[in-house]
Amino acid sequence: MAYMHIGKDFVPPDVPGKVTGRIKYAEDYARDGMVYARLLTSPVPHGRVVAIDASEALAMEGVFGILTADDVYPDGEPQSPGLKVLTNEPTLMGEPILAVAAIDEKTAEDAIAAISLTIERLPFVLDPLDSLQEGGADAYNGGNTYIFREGFAEEKWTADQVASFRSGNEPTAEALQSWEYGDLAAGFAAADFVHETTFSTAGYPHMSMEPRSAMAYWENGKCYLHGTSQSLSAIAEPMAAIVGVPLEDFVFINEATGGGFGQRARAGSIPSMAIPAKLSQKINRPVMMRVTREEEFTIGGARQGLQGWIKVGFKTDGTMSAMDMYCISDNGGKGGGGDANSAAAGVSALYQTEAMRFRNTSIGTNTGHRGAQRGPGENQIMAVMAPIMDKAAEELGLDRLEIRKLNAAQNGDVSGPRSTPFTSAYMPEALQQGADQFDWEGKKSRARQTNGSKVRGFGIGQGYHNAGRSGMDGIVRLMPSGRLQIHNGVGNLGTYSYASTSRAAAEVLKMEWENCDVVTGRTDRHLPITSPQDGSNSIFTNTRTCFGAAQDLLAKMKEIAAMDLGGDVADYDVDGVRVHQIADNTVGMTYAEVAQRGIELGGKFSGEAELPEELNTLTALSVSRLAGSALMGIYHDPRHSNNPPGFTVTFMEIELDKETGKFDILDLVTIAECGTVVHPQGLANQLRGGAVWGIGLSALERHLYDPQNGLPASSGFWQSKIPTYLDTPAEIGTGWVDLPDPENPVGARGIGEPSMGAVSAALNAAISDALGGHMFDAAPVTTDMIVNHIAGISEDATPLAQNNFRG
Amino acid sequence: MNPKLTRRRFIKGVIASGAAATSTTIWYSANGQSRPAGAVERMIRININGQMRNVDVAPQETLASTLRYKLGLTGTKLGCNRGECGACTVLVDDVPSYACSVLTHSVKNMRIESVEGLESANGDLHPVQQAFVDELSPQCGYCTPGQVMSAVGLLRSNPNPTREEARQGMAGNICRCGSYDSYLNGVMRAAQIG
Ligand code: FES
Ligand code: FES
Repeated sequence: MAYMHIGKDFVPPDVPGKVTGRIKYAEDYARDGMVYARLLTSPVPHGRVVAIDASEALAMEGVFGILTADDVYPDGEPQSPGLKVLTNEPTLMGEPILAVAAIDEKTAEDAIAAISLTIERLPFVLDPLDSLQEGGADAYNGGNTYIFREGFAEEKWTADQVASFRSGNEPTAEALQSWEYGDLAAGFAAADFVHETTFSTAGYPHMSMEPRSAMAYWENGKCYLHGTSQSLSAIAEPMAAIVGVPLEDFVFINEATGGGFGQRARAGSIPSMAIPAKLSQKINRPVMMRVTREEEFTIGGARQGLQGWIKVGFKTDGTMSAMDMYCISDNGGKGGGGDANSAAAGVSALYQTEAMRFRNTSIGTNTGHRGAQRGPGENQIMAVMAPIMDKAAEELGLDRLEIRKLNAAQNGDVSGPRSTPFTSAYMPEALQQGADQFDWEGKKSRARQTNGSKVRGFGIGQGYHNAGRSGMDGIVRLMPSGRLQIHNGVGNLGTYSYASTSRAAAEVLKMEWENCDVVTGRTDRHLPITSPQDGSNSIFTNTRTCFGAAQDLLAKMKEIAAMDLGGDVADYDVDGVRVHQIADNTVGMTYAEVAQRGIELGGKFSGEAELPEELNTLTALSVSRLAGSALMGIYHDPRHSNNPPGFTVTFMEIELDKETGKFDILDLVTIAECGTVVHPQGLANQLRGGAVWGIGLSALERHLYDPQNGLPASSGFWQSKIPTYLDTPAEIGTGWVDLPDPENPVGARGIGEPSMGAVSAALNAAISDALGGHMFDAAPVTTDMIVNHIAGISEDATPLAQNNFRG
Repeated sequence: MNPKLTRRRFIKGVIASGAAATSTTIWYSANGQSRPAGAVERMIRININGQMRNVDVAPQETLASTLRYKLGLTGTKLGCNRGECGACTVLVDDVPSYACSVLTHSVKNMRIESVEGLESANGDLHPVQQAFVDELSPQCGYCTPGQVMSAVGLLRSNPNPTREEARQGMAGNICRCGSYDSYLNGVMRAAQIG
């Protein structure tokens, strides 16, 4: 289909501000009379605050006030997992206990140094298996796990059960969570090749480049909060609730966000923004809270680490007939994260496993708080699975590409425990396109070729994430000036989805992009609810809402034209400037004229009546404030049931030096299967960025904690360690299948997360290939692991030690 | 490759000058109430973006603090405030330098350039900025001003780098969004149009 905007590059309106430094992040704002907050954080990984004596601090010149957990939670802290704004019951080192506001940060620091904190040390634990074992410490007060709707609980295995799992056997304890489909026993009985192993994948911090600094002030009873988020409108209502102010008195300002990756999607993952808001309310001055890199490490979220056992069966023809997975998920210090479940669902979606069982037990540790991080679960497990697919291919005498095609998801396929159908799926096409672009046939014979100490390895990876939602709202306004204002609450964190999804509205109205404004950046610009811009869903979800709102506007434009100029609504069309009769285009009105008429007519035309019934609270508030200002298009997107997938495929060639364990990526091609492409440059950026993240997952990134004291040892960029220019290839090949999805009005689906999973999978497979098929069953595979393997030093003594420790 | 720009050389320079900010906790003393020990002249003139600016600078104040909080030049970002990420990169006598790890007093006789100084008087973007727009190099944009300044510094000393030279020259700037490839596309384009 020929589009005006969809599939075309454009300059998103915020890009000039990014290259000039003019665009403002939360910490770039200042306010007259602004004072500064600093945090006193937990010096222990698990403790209980017994007493706080701040009298000396509060008497210091230049100190304005203090905020403690007792101020925030006068009725006591909620006994549920998740970060608190401030806490008296820290369960990870560095968790904020109190904040002090002072004339400057030095004074605030001096005041904090003068506070006497009495804290009772409690036993801490860093490895879920240590906590599972009878007598092991519990990370939380009240247990080591959290059962939904029941509360904290204690889950223990016998020492024998833990030891058996540690030595590579299937766990025998009953799991806290499970699902199953198909006939697992029959699936394994039909298998000609079965692979069984334990595996581990490391947790590691998000490390967004912008620390989650925030500034707040109050004016005329309203709270203005400059903060950071993945979606302004998804944050607004829950954040207002955390601050304790009615939604209508809360203004969230967030022009740009310096990275999110899952941990700025929801208010519960950034409750620290409430600290300056509440301090400001208490001391009646604007408060800036600058967050340091260490603090960002602590409260900025982390990927869950997984330790698990899997057994996979393949039939002679290469079909994956059965998959059994049992995970112990590291829930970190604050609980949360559904990585294991997503990992299992991802395997089901990508490999179309005929029968599957999933079991999981989530256990807390006194380490960084866990939550969604780019492709949570799917991206770890794909790194583990890719070498297994290669092993199966080798054992069954199949080409590595062919075994993947054989198991690939296609149109009409279903996945997961509920056999949910895909909205569409073209994985075989993606695999073939990647193979062609990479020249798999021409190159694959070079696998395992050596040159001195160097050896070539090839990997094919696949990625998946459920990539689309519904139930959100859209607002567009045609102004008396003739310009289109597209209200969009998607956060500006670098995907450019806030702008690219808005173009679906311009498309409907055939308007030049120069005549459109994306209205965003602060909630008092009246935004509709959007999804939290997590789960790779913005492109699918918000093209639906922008398209729907524009269609509502289009219908109203035609109705007004027919009313004023005669004829039937169906007699009219638009050309981007005028609404006119199809038969005689001299009969019509300009967009400016029809907008003016909409205001004059009022009622449903200007958002004052006949609103969609199911509008979300925030949207309804926004519409009520915009009513009468323009000819308005308002839309509530009904819920749909199928699964819009984001699929990716990566082909990679590496050269691994057996003397150093270091490798270079010689070629990397990554292909997206995400429906119609909306914004090619933005998509290429997601593919490249995802590739960098995939390299991090499979080769570099991990949490490190000191087992003696629970001290985090990887709180900096270079310790954790995120990939740099020199860890990544100088060029990353990209491509896309570009076939439309029928459940999106412009055919689009999302891609941000799977872009990473395919690369993590390809890299792990390539390393395994270079080492003659050795499987580490782990991510990351670091140079020391490679060198140890080559030296014949077995990793088997500590097969599950990846999680938090391997140093 | 431009020998001026390696991360190692930069780190060596910082260590030699004794200017590395080792604490992440004390960012900025807002009103100068804490008196300097000794007789350091606090009111200094520094050359920023071609203009001489008078500014009250505490002895322990970093260049990033002076730029951001004294002069309102918030284009220079702080990602780590401890010499790890390059978000704060500015040019000091044409050499990309981490402004979070340079004391303002140590550069008072040098030419400082921040991202705000790159556009021409008529508002045209610098070729690096324009190339970054054309290639859609930024994602979240938080590292972008630092990437821009490193690229400008690189191209001043090596106007026609190979892609590998550009990669090495930019290696002191971390991008968590992983937009490295897009930034390199921008650098190579800027070298062509510059
Ligand atoms: S802020 Fe200066 S190097 Fe990170
Ligand atoms: S663009 Fe986000 S950190 Fe570089």
